[in-house]
Order: sequence, then structure tokens, then C-alpha cells
Amino acid sequence: MRQSALTPLMKAFGTSLLNSGRDLAPIIGVVVLFQLVIIDQPFPDLVSTLFGLLLVLFGLAMFVVGLDLGLFPLGESMAESFAVKGSLTWLLLFAFAIGFGTTIAEPALIAVTQEGAKAAAEAGLIPSTTESLESYALGVRLTVALSVGAAILLGVLRILKGWSLPKIIISGYALVMLMTIIAPKEIIGLAYDSGGVTTSTVTVPLVTALGVGLARSIRGRDPLVDGFGLIALASLTPMIFVMGYGILAT
Amino acid sequence: MMFLDDPAAFFLATARDVFPVLLFLVFFHLAVLKRPIPRPSHVAIGFLFVLIGMALFLAGLELALFPVGRSMALQLVEAAQQSGVTSWKSYGLIYLFAALIGFSTTIAEPSLIAVAIKAQQASHGSISPWGLRTVVAIGVALGITLGTYRIITGTPLHWYIMAGYIIVAIQTLFAPKSLIPLAYDSGGVTTSTVTVPLVAALGLGLASNIPGRSTVIDGFGLIAFASLFPIITVLAYAQLAQWKTNRYKAKLLNQ
Repeated sequence: MRQSALTPLMKAFGTSLLNSGRDLAPIIGVVVLFQLVIIDQPFPDLVSTLFGLLLVLFGLAMFVVGLDLGLFPLGESMAESFAVKGSLTWLLLFAFAIGFGTTIAEPALIAVTQEGAKAAAEAGLIPSTTESLESYALGVRLTVALSVGAAILLGVLRILKGWSLPKIIISGYALVMLMTIIAPKEIIGLAYDSGGVTTSTVTVPLVTALGVGLARSIRGRDPLVDGFGLIALASLTPMIFVMGYGILAT
Repeated sequence: MMFLDDPAAFFLATARDVFPVLLFLVFFHLAVLKRPIPRPSHVAIGFLFVLIGMALFLAGLELALFPVGRSMALQLVEAAQQSGVTSWKSYGLIYLFAALIGFSTTIAEPSLIAVAIKAQQASHGSISPWGLRTVVAIGVALGITLGTYRIITGTPLHWYIMAGYIIVAIQTLFAPKSLIPLAYDSGGVTTSTVTVPLVAALGLGLASNIPGRSTVIDGFGLIAFASLFPIITVLAYAQLAQWKTNRYKAKLLNQ
């Protein structure tokens, strides 16, 4: 009994290890090539780097297996249920919550906001105590999560009403440009980057499930055309919100 | 290193990050959908895996990917400055490194492979998965390379992004309608969990090692470039594919 439950888990873990290996391999390849052929020097801190790479490899593999096992089936079945349930309020609330929740748990975002906090401390914008670093990083992360929640809500409304995606995106671009003029220049770089960071391991599969499920349940919508576009919105709104955070914080 | 000093505190901090998500999923399921949780033991084990995996991953980033990005930036800047001339042209190796990292990580990205297969279906075969992957990878390579050029010259980020937006807006007018959402999304999916930290560290490392650059103002932006440029190359590719199909059709009609 126990054996039979463990075997598929080991298999899933193996596949996941292969995938994270494939993610890492090009990076290792390029870095090794440069280190050996061009810079022609032994790599600094080789042992701790190798140990760290192993942690990344196994950590990412476990993370993905865990998502597949526990959180994705739950999230996907909920996304489908809400899409067909018909209550607009709950659907929109769920859309917001799934954007917010998945972004809070996005590992790349945690890492980048920490780097952002360090850079802000180096530049003397915030005091370089652990406490202020953490509160700055958390502030940016919550802002980004709010913005992704808002993006998914807007994206779901777009699918329901059949609004044109290009119009929303282009007006979003215009808003980004306006905000750039008034935002403090120290936040602009981090704000622009946070758009690309938000959409990786956790957010993409769940959000895609919601979009495609929704487009499938509405008559006359093509899941391939209407299901896409949520990610694009989720990469746009963080720029606007983080710059807004920068304006309010100063 | 927080992970090695106090692993328990590290796991606790990670738990605080992930717990709200689980709580929200369970709440919605029980209170709103009014359904029992399907296979609660799987959910519990999955959650435990997510927790441990994320803690290990974040610790690994601190130990490996961030230092690698920073030390590559430092070594490449030193190599460039040894020649004595410090115009933007002497940083050739950095552009090469940026382009290679961008291209190779994107072409192997699993979520892009999935999107490429969907794109083939959506375009009725006029867009091949390999073609799309190559085009997106070229976009990311171009983006990151131009991004490093921007850090080296210290020119304002928003001019580049604004120019990129204008190009996207013009392309949108002419591109085949059904592929526009896909092209917009391809910008977001390219930047994977492993690539983002490395590229972020590279940018911050370059900005802190090149004299006269500020880490906060100049160090960020590489990820923004990597998300914007694939949109441009994919829209261009979609247009080219449409033009080819039309020309082929016209040829058939003339015969």
C-alpha cells in the first residue's frame, strides 16, 4: 500500500528534477564556458556555489512536485467551478484572490524584492537594518501581489465582456509612461522589473487554468484566443502599482 | 547566511510566505464552494513539499545564483577595464555573455515549450513550435544585451522601454489578430524562476562595478527588457508568417 503510493511520487520527483536540471544547464554551461575559455581563472567559492546549485536543483524540483500534488489540483478545480458557477461577485473575488495569493508565494519575487531592498539600502534610501530591509521588501511584494490580483480581475472582466486586449494593454503602456514622469527615479528600475518577475512557476499554471476554463464555459469564446492575455495584464499592472507605491512612500 | 545559521527560522519564514495561499484555497473551498477538500492527505503532503522546496531553493539562490551573477559581472568589468579604454565598446564580452544567457535559458524554458505547442494549434500550423521558441529566445537575447548596454552607458531606462512600447503599438495594428494575445503573453512566460535571479544579480553587479553608475537607478531593468523584446520579435514573426501564407495563396490563384 505504502509502496504503491510512493512510486508515482518518486517518478514525479524524477521528472521534476530533470526539468529543473534543464532550466539550470544552460546557465551552468555559459558560466563555465566564460570562466574557463575567456576569463581563464578558477571559479571563486566553487564549493559553496556547487552546494547552492544542488539546493536550487532539489528545492525547485520539490517545489514543483508539491504544487502538482497539492495546490494545483485544488486551484484548478476551483478555477473551473467558479468559472461555471455564474456568480459574478464571487468569480471576481476569486480572480483577485488567486492573483494575489500566487504572487505572494512566487519565489523569484521574494528573491528580487530582497535584492531591491539591499540596493535601496546601499543607496541610502532606507536605513540598512534587517528590519527596514524586510519591511521594504514586504511592502514591494504586497504591492506587486495587489497589482497582479487587480490584473487577473480585469482580465476576467475582459474575457466576460469581450473587451479588446490591445486597447487595454496600450492604454496601460501610456499609464506606465505617465507614472514614470512623476515617480521617484530610484523606484523606476525595480518597478519595470517587477512586471517580468511576477509571472513564473506558481502564477502561470493557475492563471492559465482560470482563463482557459472561463473562455471554454462562455459561448462564442475561443479558449486559445481569449484564454491568453491574463499573463500579459499581470506583467503590466505591477509596473503601475510599484511606481504608485514609490510615489506614496516618499 | 541565514539558512546555514538557523535552518529552523529559515523554514518558519518560508512557511509564513506560503501559508496564506493554502489558507485561502481551503477557505474558498469550504466556505464558498461548500465542498469537502478532495484528497486532503495529498494537499497536506504537497504543501509540505512546497514549503521545503521553496526554502531550499531560496537558500540555493543566496549561495549560488546571486553570487555567480555578481562575480561574473565583476570579472567581466575588470577584464574590460584592463585595456584602459572605457568606452561602451570595450565591454564586448559582457554583451556576449548577456546574449548567450538570454538565448540559452529561453530556448530550454519548459513553460515556453508548452506555449509554443498551443501557438501551433492557434495558428493552424503557420507558426512552428521551434520557430516560435527560436524567435522568443532571440528576443530575450536582444533584450538582455541592450539592457546591459544601457547599464554600461547609464542612459535612462524609460527611453528604451518607451521606444519598445511604441514599436509594439505599431506592430499591433498590423499583426494577425488571433496571435496578439499570445505574443503579449510570451513576454511574461520567458523569464523563469531560475533565470530571473541570475539576470537581476548580473544587472546589479554591473551597476555597482562600473564607475559612475548607481545600483538603484541603473542596476535594474534587465528583466523588463527580457519581457518586452520577445513581444516585438514574436509579433514580427507572426507578421512574416502571415505574409508568407498570403503570398503562397496569391501564387496559387495566379496559376
